[in-house]
Formats: sequence, C-alpha cells, structure tokens
Amino acid sequence: MILTLLAATPLLGALVVTCLPRGSANASTVKAVAIGFSALTLALSLVVMARYDVESGGYQMTEKHEWIGQLGAWYSLGVNGIGLVLILLTTILVPVVLLAAWDDRLPGRRSVNSYVAWMLVLEGLAIGVFAATDAFLFYVLFEATLIPIYFLIGSYGGPQRTYAAVKFLIYNLVGGLLMLAAIVGLYVVSAKDGNASYLLSDLQNVDMSTTTERLLFCGFMAAFAIKAPLFPFHTWLPDAAASATPGTSVLMVSVIDKIGTFGMLRWCLGVFPGASEWASPVVITLAVISIVYGALCAIGQDDIRRLVAFTSVSHFGFIILGIFAFTTVSTAGSTLYMFNHGLSTAALFLVTGLMIARRGSASIGDFGGVQKVAPIMSGVLLVAGLSSLSLPGLAPFVSEFMVLAGTFTRSVPAAAVATLGIVLAALYILIMYAKVMTGPLREGLEGFRDLGSREVAALAPTLVLIVGLGFYPQPMLNVINPAVDEVISQVGQGDPPPRTPVDVSEQAKTEEGGH
Amino acid sequence: MTEYLSLSLILFTIGAVGVLVRRNAIVVFMCIELMLNATNLALVAFAHQHGNLDGQIAAFFVMVVAAAEVVVGLAIIVSIYRTRRSASVDDADLLKG
Amino acid sequence: MLDLVWLLVAIPLVSGLGLLVWGKEADAWGHLVATVASAASFVLGVVAFIELAGRDADDRSVTHVLFTWIEAGPFHVDMAYHYDPLAALFVLLITGVGTLIHVYSIGYMAHDERRRRFFCFLNIFVAAMLTLVLAADYLVIFLGWEGVGLASYLLIGFWQHKPSAAAAAKKAFVVNRVGDLGMALAIMLMFAQLGTTDIASVNASIGSASTSVATAMGLLLLLGACGKSAQVPLQSWLLDAMEGPTPVSALIHAATMVTAGVYLVVRSNGIFDASEAARTAVVVVGLVTLLVGAWIGCAKDDIKKALAGSTMSQIGYMMLAAGLGPAGYAFAIFHLITHGFFKANMFLGAGSVMHAMDDDVDMRHYGALRTSLPITFATFALGYLAIIGFPGFSGFFSKDKIIEAAFGYNVWVGLGTLLGAGVTAFYMTRLMMMTFFGEKRWRDEVHPHESPLVMTIPLMVLGAASLLGGALLAGDWIVDWLEPVVGHTEHHELAIPALAMSAIIVAVVAVGATLAYLTYGRRPVADVAPLDSQVRWPVRAGRHEMYGNEINEALVVRPVQHTTRTLVFLDGRGIDGFVTGLADRLGEASQALRKPQNGLVRSYALGIFAGATLVLVALLAVTLA
Repeated sequence: MILTLLAATPLLGALVVTCLPRGSANASTVKAVAIGFSALTLALSLVVMARYDVESGGYQMTEKHEWIGQLGAWYSLGVNGIGLVLILLTTILVPVVLLAAWDDRLPGRRSVNSYVAWMLVLEGLAIGVFAATDAFLFYVLFEATLIPIYFLIGSYGGPQRTYAAVKFLIYNLVGGLLMLAAIVGLYVVSAKDGNASYLLSDLQNVDMSTTTERLLFCGFMAAFAIKAPLFPFHTWLPDAAASATPGTSVLMVSVIDKIGTFGMLRWCLGVFPGASEWASPVVITLAVISIVYGALCAIGQDDIRRLVAFTSVSHFGFIILGIFAFTTVSTAGSTLYMFNHGLSTAALFLVTGLMIARRGSASIGDFGGVQKVAPIMSGVLLVAGLSSLSLPGLAPFVSEFMVLAGTFTRSVPAAAVATLGIVLAALYILIMYAKVMTGPLREGLEGFRDLGSREVAALAPTLVLIVGLGFYPQPMLNVINPAVDEVISQVGQGDPPPRTPVDVSEQAKTEEGGH
Repeated sequence: MTEYLSLSLILFTIGAVGVLVRRNAIVVFMCIELMLNATNLALVAFAHQHGNLDGQIAAFFVMVVAAAEVVVGLAIIVSIYRTRRSASVDDADLLKG
Repeated sequence: MLDLVWLLVAIPLVSGLGLLVWGKEADAWGHLVATVASAASFVLGVVAFIELAGRDADDRSVTHVLFTWIEAGPFHVDMAYHYDPLAALFVLLITGVGTLIHVYSIGYMAHDERRRRFFCFLNIFVAAMLTLVLAADYLVIFLGWEGVGLASYLLIGFWQHKPSAAAAAKKAFVVNRVGDLGMALAIMLMFAQLGTTDIASVNASIGSASTSVATAMGLLLLLGACGKSAQVPLQSWLLDAMEGPTPVSALIHAATMVTAGVYLVVRSNGIFDASEAARTAVVVVGLVTLLVGAWIGCAKDDIKKALAGSTMSQIGYMMLAAGLGPAGYAFAIFHLITHGFFKANMFLGAGSVMHAMDDDVDMRHYGALRTSLPITFATFALGYLAIIGFPGFSGFFSKDKIIEAAFGYNVWVGLGTLLGAGVTAFYMTRLMMMTFFGEKRWRDEVHPHESPLVMTIPLMVLGAASLLGGALLAGDWIVDWLEPVVGHTEHHELAIPALAMSAIIVAVVAVGATLAYLTYGRRPVADVAPLDSQVRWPVRAGRHEMYGNEINEALVVRPVQHTTRTLVFLDGRGIDGFVTGLADRLGEASQALRKPQNGLVRSYALGIFAGATLVLVALLAVTLA
C-alpha cells in the first residue's frame, strides 16, 4: 500500500491546492501547502527507502490488483533498486523546485494554484511510472505524464511556449504511439498461450520469435529514445527547455526524461534481452554520437537554457551508452548517473533560471562580470557547472567514470570517443561561466541581486548531495547493485573478465612491502 | 409495376436535379422531400409485388423521419433567413474549410 | 602516527571549505587560520617523516584504507592512502613550501578585498595536492589531479575582473583536461586489463600483460603528465597561467602542481619499466620541453613569463630523468625538490620586485634594484646560483646528476641537456642583469621599497634551502631513501670521469652566463622592447612561445569552432529541419485538402450523388460480372 500512498499524496496535494482560493493574496499559502505536500511525499519516499531490504534485492513493497481482466492488465506496483533511486530523485527535486519557483513570474493572469498543482500531478504520475510493474499500467502513466508537462510549458512558459508545448507533445505522442503498437503486440504474444498478462514477471517468460521480439523492442525503444532523448530524436528538448520555466525544465529533464532511460533498463532489457543485444551496436553508436554532438552543440549556443538542454543530450548519451554496454559496472554507473544528472541539471537549470529572471534575457551575451555583484550565485553556478563537467569529487564523476570504465571493457573505441566528452564538457561549461561571470561588469547589471536566503535554501540540498555523493556514493550503489546484477543476468551478459587479472597472492605481497 | 417504378424514377430525378441546380433553400428542401417520396413510392410498389409489409413499414419510417426533418430543417432555414435576409443556400458558406 | 596521515589532507581541506562557507565574518582572521592549517599539516608531515625514517628500509610503507569509495561488480576503488618514502618527500615539499607561501601571501595579498577566498583556495590546493601524492589508487590520484587543476583554475583566474586572467584560467583547465583524457583512458585500460586500479597491484603485475599494453598505458599516462606538467605538446597554458597572483605562480606553477606529471611517471615506474618505448617517449618529451622552455625563457621580457619558461625547461629535465628508468628516478625527484626550493624562492622574489614596482612585470622597466631591494636581491641571487648550477649550490648537484645519467643513456640526449644547462645560465643571467643591475629604467612615480618582513622571511628560508638543498645527496641519501619505491641502477659507465664531467658542465654554464653578461650587463638595455620586425627569428619565435598558441589555434580551436557552428546550423536546419519540414508538408497537404470544403451545399450534394452513382455502378459491375 505504501507505494500507492506515495503516488497518491502529491495527487491529493494537487486537488487541495486547486480547491484553495485563487488570487495573489493567497499565493504564499498555496505555495506553502504545495511544498508541505511535496515534503510529505519526500518523507514517505524516505520511509520506502528505509524499508527496502538491500540484502534480498528484487521487487519489494509489491501490491497487485486486477484492473482489466480481459486484457491481462493489473494494477501492480513494486520497486527495485533502480526504481527506488529514481523515486527518491523525484521526491527530492519537487520540493526543491517548488521552493526555487517561489518568485517565478507567471505570464498573464495565470494562477499559481494550477501551476503548482500540475507540478504535484507530475510528481505523482512519475512515481507511478517508476513503480509500475505492469506494462499496460506503465504505458498509461507514461502517456499521462505528457499532460501536466504540456500545460506547464504551454500555459506558464516564455513567448514561444505554444510552439514548444505542441512540439513536445507531438514528438512524444509519436513515440508513445509506437509504444502503444508494441503494447498491443505484447498482448497478442502473451495471449497466445491462453492467459494474457501484462505483468513484468509474466512478460519475461513469454516465448516470442526473434522477429517479433525485435519489432516489439523497436516500438518500446522508439518511445524511450525520444523521451531520453537520444540523437537524432533530441530536437524537441532545446525548444522545450528554452520556453519552459526553470522549474518545469528541471522536472522535465531531471525526472521525466529519466523515464526514457529507466524504461530502457526495465522494459527493453528486461522483456526483450535478445533484441537489446541485437540492437546494441546501433544504440551504442547513437549514444556516442549524442555525447559528442550534444557537447559540440552546447558549445555553440547563445541561449543559456538551450545550452543546458544540449549538455543533457550529451549526458543522456553517457547514460544510454552505459546501459547498452551490458556490464554491471557501466549499468550501475548509468543508474547512478540518472540520479546524479538529475541533481546536477536541477542545480544548473535553477541557478541559471534565477539569473535569467533577474536579467530578463537568456542570452549569454547579455551577461558579463556578474561574479562581482553576485558572488554566491557565481559560486553556485560554478559548482553546478563543475558537476556537469564531471569534476572528480562531485557526484557525476563517479557515475561517468563507471560508465566509461565498464564500456571500455566491452568496446574500446566507444569508450575512447565518449571520453572526448570530458574535454568538450570543460569547454561548454567554462566558456559559459567565463562569459557570464568573469571580466568587467557589464553595463546595466549594477543592481543585480545576489541569491537570497530562500533561494540558497532551495539550492543547498542539491549542492550538498552533489558533493556528498561525490565522495561517498556507496549508499546509492548498495541499493543499485543488486537490481543491476539482476538486469544484466537477464540479458545473459556480464562483465568481461580482465585480460590478465592481478594475481591475488602477489597483490597481498606488494601491499605489505612496496614493489 | 414498371409504371410505378418509372414514375418513382422520374420523381427522384426531378428532385435530384432540383437539389443540384436550385439556390432557394425552400425549393431545395421541397426537392429533397420529392426524392424521399419517390423512394417511398418504390418501396410501396415493391412491397405490393412481393406481398409482404416490409417495404410499407420502411415507407412509414421514412415519412416519420421526413416529418421530423422538415421541422428541424425549416426552423434552420427560417432562422438563417432572419439573420441573413436571404434563403439562398450559396450564401450560407460559414463552414468553408 | 602513520595511521593518522589522512589528517594531513583533512586539516587544510576542512579549513579551506569551512572558511569559504563561513562568509564575511571570517575576513579578518581567515588567512591566519588557513596558514595555521597549512603549518599544522607540515608539522604532522615532519612527525610522520621521522617515524617513517625510524623504520627499517623495507618496512617504510603504509597503506591504510579509509573507506570504500566506489564498488560495483568487479569495479572496486578504495579511498586509501599509501605513505612511503616518495610520498613522504612530497608531503614535506608541499606542506613546507606551501606554508611559507601562505605566510608570504599574508603580506602580498594584504590589500585584496577577497583575501580570505584566496587563502581558502590555497588550502584546497594543498589538500588536493596531498591527496594526489598520498593516493594508493590511480582513481584517487585522479581525484587529487583534477582537484589541483580546479584550485589552479580558481587561482589563475583569481582576479576575475581581468578578462586575460579569466581566459588564462579557462585555457589552463581545458588544456589540462586534454591531458586528463589520457589519464582517464589509462585508468580504464588498467581496469580492463588487470581488473584493478590499485597503484601497487598495477605496477607489480603489469609485467604479465603484453608490452604493447604497457606501452599504451605508459603513453596515456604521459599524455596526462604532459598536461599537468606543461610539457610539449600541452605546454601552452603555463605561460598564460602567470596571470594569477605571484604566490600562486610560486606554489602551483613552479614548486608543486606542475611537477605532478613527474611524480606520476615515477610513481608508475612499474609500467614504464615494462615498456622501453614509453620510456623513450618520456625522454623525448623531456628533452624537447627542456630546450623549448629555455628558448622561451631567453626571449621574454616579462619577469614571470621568463621564469615560467624556465620552469618548463627544468621540468623537462625532471621528465627526462624519469624517462631514464631506475637510473634516473631518484635524480628526477631530487631535482624536483631542489627546483621546488629555488624556483619558489625566485618567484616569490619576483613577486617582491613587482610589489616594489607597482605590479609592473616588464624587466625593461627595472634595473639597478639591488640597492633598493637588498634582501630580495640577496635571496634571489641564491636561487639564481642554484638554478644555473653554481658549484656547491643545490641545483649544481641535482642537475649534474641528471646530465651525467643522460650521457650514460645516449650521447645526443646528454649533449641536449648540456646545451640546456648553458642556455639556463644565459637566460637567468639576463634576468638578473636586467632586474638588479645596470641603470635605472624605472617609470615615473615608482618608488621601490623593500617588502615587509612577512614576505622576506619566507624568501630567506627558501634562499637558505636553495643553497643547502644539495645536502640531500650527501652519501647518496636520497637515492637510498627512494630505492624501496623506485629501485636504482647505476647508469652506464661514462667515457670520462665524473669530475671531468662536472668541470665541463660548469664550463658550459660559465660560457652561457658570460654571454648574457656581455649582452645585457655591459651594454645598456633598451627600456622599450624592440619590435618583432627588428629582432631575428629565434627571438621572435621565443617571444611567441614557439608559436604554440598559433598551432593550437589552427589545429584545434578553429576546427572545433567551425564544427560547432556547422553542427548548430545543421541541428536547426538539418535534423530539426527534417522534423519541422515534415510538419510543414503535413500542413500543406491539409491546405490542399481543405479546398474542396468550399461551404457550398450544392457542391456537397453533387459529391454525394457522384459517390452514390459510383457505388451503384460498382455494385452493378460486381453483380453482372
């Protein structure tokens, strides 16, 4: 029951917030109530985390009720290490976003009630997606997440919001349509043996021909590749990010896009292991292209929000690369990367969002020398930026290196080209930082306000986690590792053994007395 | 038998041509009624020949529907005439794509 | 005590981060706390060193696991330190010189409103550098490696309002990242090949892998070392890095961080011992850099850049020595330490001169400063004598050994190092002459005055160390001390006795110094630099840093910019163009389809009749057929 409760809490919050009186006089109450509900959700997710037994692994806190018997669709929830990590990410980020969005100026006479309500709806649906262990339920929730994002971009974004929202929606609907076809196909395949069932555990044991498996895989993968986004399906992301409010961007990139990579892990690798292996050369190639391409495009952007969006394209390339390298090291790295990237991108989007709101422009060229007037903001931007370029000691480094090291054991060229990403990352972050923060103060920026205490309070948790997990990622990895082992053995792969393993006795000897 | 059918065919053709060439909504409407009744005639003729009631029942249905249609249709025409001061079907093209 | 070595890192780290977060209230006393933290690390370092020295020679190594950093499947990295004779020497150098430079900076940065932050960064640097040298795992080295890179970035760009400083900081970080690429790949290769990244295990068992793997690993590590130690071809950032405050140049870009590459090669001696080719590459890189650096040093008028060229050149010596294998490791470290003393001394001296000259760095505006700045002059002179290798000074012993070993390796390499020694004497004498001798070429409103004691005391200490550092070689102490870590073999017998070798070196040095004296000491120095067109090509090339920036610009920067622009264009027009184009085509198709929807009821009716007829005809056709 606790998972249902977890997903229902923010939905209930959304309902309450909608019923509260509108108008600017009540705005603070509304936001406070929303933050209260999201904090409650966070507390519940911590309870889930605490109750999860790492030793035994697998899916826990499961609940199962028949939903549509004829279709074999179940209301079935459960979390494993991977889902748990992403649920935690979601529940951490929503309060952060709500707090940071306190001063967001909404266009026209839009009410803050529905703005925060949509965010809470999104949180509830996302939790459901990460916890669903039934393909049909997953699909329904997967598509449902489009609705809140559509309204969040289309109603509260910048001048181009309608275009961006429609583009986002259509892009993702096309992916969803292909997935729907695959869902129908899954029913046909599983009904062949008599009892149709969409349960993950049943689907994993369904017999299907190689061709069927590959076709169904492609249907799922298309949806996830668009969602993630993987090159060349990424062009909706920069437009959406450039038109959304910073809070929406965070939820979209840090949480909703993770559904794509999460789906690859749970559904593509879980249900279609053979086809995943078959497709891996293509996917790995696209992932490597994403890494380099996203980074190069990021270097050339003038709009800060588009820049951050393109860095995410690059980072998602790493995540997908690690998943499809099929080693426990790289896949655990990818899972951890999803969490770390969520934090790091959230920090980056939020702090740049505050900058942009103060300046009234997102163009890098309109900033310069801000460090002088806003040292705290500059420091936060630097830490967020450094985490984006995977500086060792910050969380994303650990995951990025695991992805690369794992991939290296599988494919040296892929890892070598992907490693170029670390040089390009330094370029896109530092060029942006240098233009925005350093040099002489640009005219018109004299009154630029530094971060206030509420904004610092909103950003602090992400920064603390980024630094903390950089030095001690083990709590996360302990949860992730058993789930990843399961997925990788499902694919029938493992880590290639070292070519000339270190002799243990020799190692013991050298450790005692030097060499 | 052939006579009935010939008359029905002639009436139907007159109606169809009327619908296509006339502009006045009332006339168009009457032409439609003409077509409906041509069909009724054919139905009844066939029913008589085959010796069962199916065709006659169908003809009654058509009459009932036509009556209802006349009510709605005339109401629409009158209201269009009131607002546009014209009963020409070519003037009412608000649903143009 | 040896179980508490982690405190060495923890103290400056906590102090640095703490002061950073503390905020403005710490402005008044932050620098003192930072200095005390650094000094505390030094004291701990000395205690640990004494304890280590008290042990038997084969027992001088402690590995201590603090916690598991990363564990997933077969990938296992411990946050562990490895304290051994090599690490011990580095700890002393870093904390010792580091503390002196903290003290110096109290005076140097006294009037900077962001002084607290400067000291935070210095502390963070010390912590990262200690992590680097104490790490027991290559990935932990990498942590320290990038940590010092970050500190270097922050400190080079400390005066962020200057666009040149910000650009230099960015350049340093990016160029270093290129080196880091090599290092990261090397670590991945270790994991894929050996299943571990533990330094001791990797170096002990690399022999079981093929030579080509060892070569690849060695070359990748060398790429990393080139980045950090400003060796050709990744040298271009070091001269720009002189935009940072002078104490930073002394600590990071002379004494410690830039020598990390040498440390890495020496620490990875197992890998380099296993590959002849990798060692040769190290020697070649060292030799080229030592000559290029010296060349640049001869042509620069900016006192800090001349010294930076010299730093490159001296690190070239160390790198070369490290490439000689067990015959040279100990001497590489020996030169690294003596260089740490005398170069830090001279950089701080240069800082003191700039302090006196209102932050002017152009040596053509100096001259005759020996009387106005007696203490600076005296200590600088000690450093000068040490670097040119004046007999009895520390540099004499350390450079002598490297040149000898180079001759033992290959005559041409030996001749290269000998030439380098002569050129070193030339450019350092030139620097001395232009700064402290000759006539005054001061700009107006400049009134040189000696720096306060807080700045001159570190100068005196480092001056003394420059003089006495050679004592480390007494009785081959440093060779014996390092032998458990790096091993030692005598180089090949030379054709001439060692004493004659030393005499030749001294003679070459004397020639270089005399030439410089004749050019810059006897003749007046123009107080405006001659234009590029008025000087011959060697000087022109030296001034332009051997066109390193131009080469990078043409080979890397422009192509990347070009690719970036093309890709951004293609992304909008190509990929997104395809998508939006698809949408546009759909729109056009619906435009075409709406034409028949003309709103005329009669045309609809015609359509219906036509359709009905068609259906009828079709029905008839089917029934009749």
